[in-house]
Amino acid sequence: MKPRLIASRQFPDSVAARIGAEFDCPFPAGRDMDAEETIRRLSETKADALLFTSHLKFDKDVIDRIPEHVKVAATCSVGFEHIDVAAARARRLVVTNTPDVLTDCTADLTMLLILGACRRAHEYEAVMRAGWGRGFGMGEMLGRKVSGKRLGIVGMGRIGRAVAQRARGFGMTILYTNPRAVAAEDALGAMFVADLPGLLGQSDIVTLHARGGPSTANMMNAETFALLPEGAVFVNASRGSLVDEAALIAALTSGRLFAAGLDVYHNEPAVDRRLAALPNTFLLPHMGSATVETRTAMGMRALDNIAAVLAGRPAIDPLWS
Amino acid sequence: MSKPVLLVTRRLPDAVEARAARDYAVRLNPEDAPRTAADILRLSQGADAVLCCPAEKLDAATIGALPPTVKVLGTFSVGFDHIDIAACRVRGLPVVNTPDVLSVATAECCMLLLLAAARRAGEGERLIRAGQWTGWAPTQLLGRQVSGRHLGIFGFGRIGRELARMAAAFGMVVHYRDVARADPAQEAGAIWHDDDDSFLAASEMLSLNAPGGMATRRWLNGERIARLPRGAVVVNAARGTLIDDPALIAALGDGQVGFAGLDVYDGEPALNPGYLALGNVVLLPHLGSATAETRDAMGHLVLDGIDTVLAGGAPANLVR
Repeated sequence: MKPRLIASRQFPDSVAARIGAEFDCPFPAGRDMDAEETIRRLSETKADALLFTSHLKFDKDVIDRIPEHVKVAATCSVGFEHIDVAAARARRLVVTNTPDVLTDCTADLTMLLILGACRRAHEYEAVMRAGWGRGFGMGEMLGRKVSGKRLGIVGMGRIGRAVAQRARGFGMTILYTNPRAVAAEDALGAMFVADLPGLLGQSDIVTLHARGGPSTANMMNAETFALLPEGAVFVNASRGSLVDEAALIAALTSGRLFAAGLDVYHNEPAVDRRLAALPNTFLLPHMGSATVETRTAMGMRALDNIAAVLAGRPAIDPLWS
Repeated sequence: MSKPVLLVTRRLPDAVEARAARDYAVRLNPEDAPRTAADILRLSQGADAVLCCPAEKLDAATIGALPPTVKVLGTFSVGFDHIDIAACRVRGLPVVNTPDVLSVATAECCMLLLLAAARRAGEGERLIRAGQWTGWAPTQLLGRQVSGRHLGIFGFGRIGRELARMAAAFGMVVHYRDVARADPAQEAGAIWHDDDDSFLAASEMLSLNAPGGMATRRWLNGERIARLPRGAVVVNAARGTLIDDPALIAALGDGQVGFAGLDVYDGEPALNPGYLALGNVVLLPHLGSATAETRDAMGHLVLDGIDTVLAGGAPANLVR
């Protein structure tokens, strides 16, 4: 008999195909489930496992209502801000995420944000969509060159290191700050700076790859933006909670920042309309891992975790151990 | 001794105009008004040098009618299709341009187009600006991963080689097509193809970096597009004439080409309206080299050339 699974979201075709082949799963095609329906279906089907994403706020109230027969819940994401880990531990529910598989994809998108912000991609695209029809003067609509600039990386984890690797192709000088210096073979010539203020003062372009949570909330604020060199470029593809958006908007308006490239926001999916009204922003809707390849790999990794736990083996990516 | 007289036909970056004003009795164009050939002939009376731009067509008649005082012509561009070089030779007028300094900025533009097209940045951007984003979803706006893919570069000149270097940092496998194989030091691991078939079949992503002209006109036509892997990504920051637009538009519509990113167009500053009806293209208005750093470097290089000719020397950036 196949294990019983509830998938509370739509997944790419090949992930859906594997769910169909390996699990007994009443899969409502074309529609996502809310918490109430998820809990109801878990009970009705006597499900063994749950596959979900950050759309489901996995707080204590929801976790406490997960029926006893559910042994593992796998979030198809690397982040787990939507999960009350303490409540899940108390309930003895194994919860897993999908690290590693989205590193390259997110690093690619970070470089896209850097290039798009420096080279004014939003303004250029808008010119084209309005029909163009006029060549520009030699001093008009100029962007900033990326190559040769100083790149400051805040958070030298997997994604930060993958960004550094790509930035080397642009001859950039790479600086980073991190709770502690990484091993030389991981830094590959990137220079460690002990604290954020020290890093910001030396960065023409700064990119955030830090964890969320209270210790990093609003780490970029009026005070820290003011430490950047005049005309710096700011990029964030990690967590919206890291940035005080009012301060960001002020820095973009005053010229302290030349431009910003963002993939994450404080109150997603409600993007501050003032950001969307600025010409010197390049804004994407949380697409860091949005490729067929990566989303498929994330789904497969989540299913690997579920399969391992249901087979009595340890989870591959448990949120705690 | 009075300063030599320099006519600058269009507005140039501040640092370049400042240098020109320091070294020359300079005739600037602060309004950046377009200049006709007749304007240039009128404004260059008594000038020692003319610094022109690619929008101005300097044909044989115009070159022949330039005042005899003009000893050197500079162009604020790497290309010189707009200047009748043969007529300059007959007139004994040296021409200086701005080679090399645009390569890196233009290669950056290729990388931007590649990433933006493959990752559906145009669609994502429009969703946010319209205030229509409803939140993250596992199957929303899924694009194609760039890192680790096979990239085909058509034309392995300076810009193509810069792009290859950037792509290698994304773990891409680089293939190139050119008339001859580059020397191994310049190749840096890129794979040369001496025929279109094997090159196109390998190109999951394709960047056009060849010169314009008749030999490459509409090189990327329907027949070659059909030989790309299905769903390929195509980018062009070189010359609009390299692409058969109706064929590419059809392929973007039926999925043979998944995504495209363009900075140049056949007939620019107009473009085939078929592109504007497509969501899976990212379009930029020929600003491949448009960075402040690059434009400054171009201005300084062309002024270096003009200085050298007027001082009786032979500049490195002389058009031959």
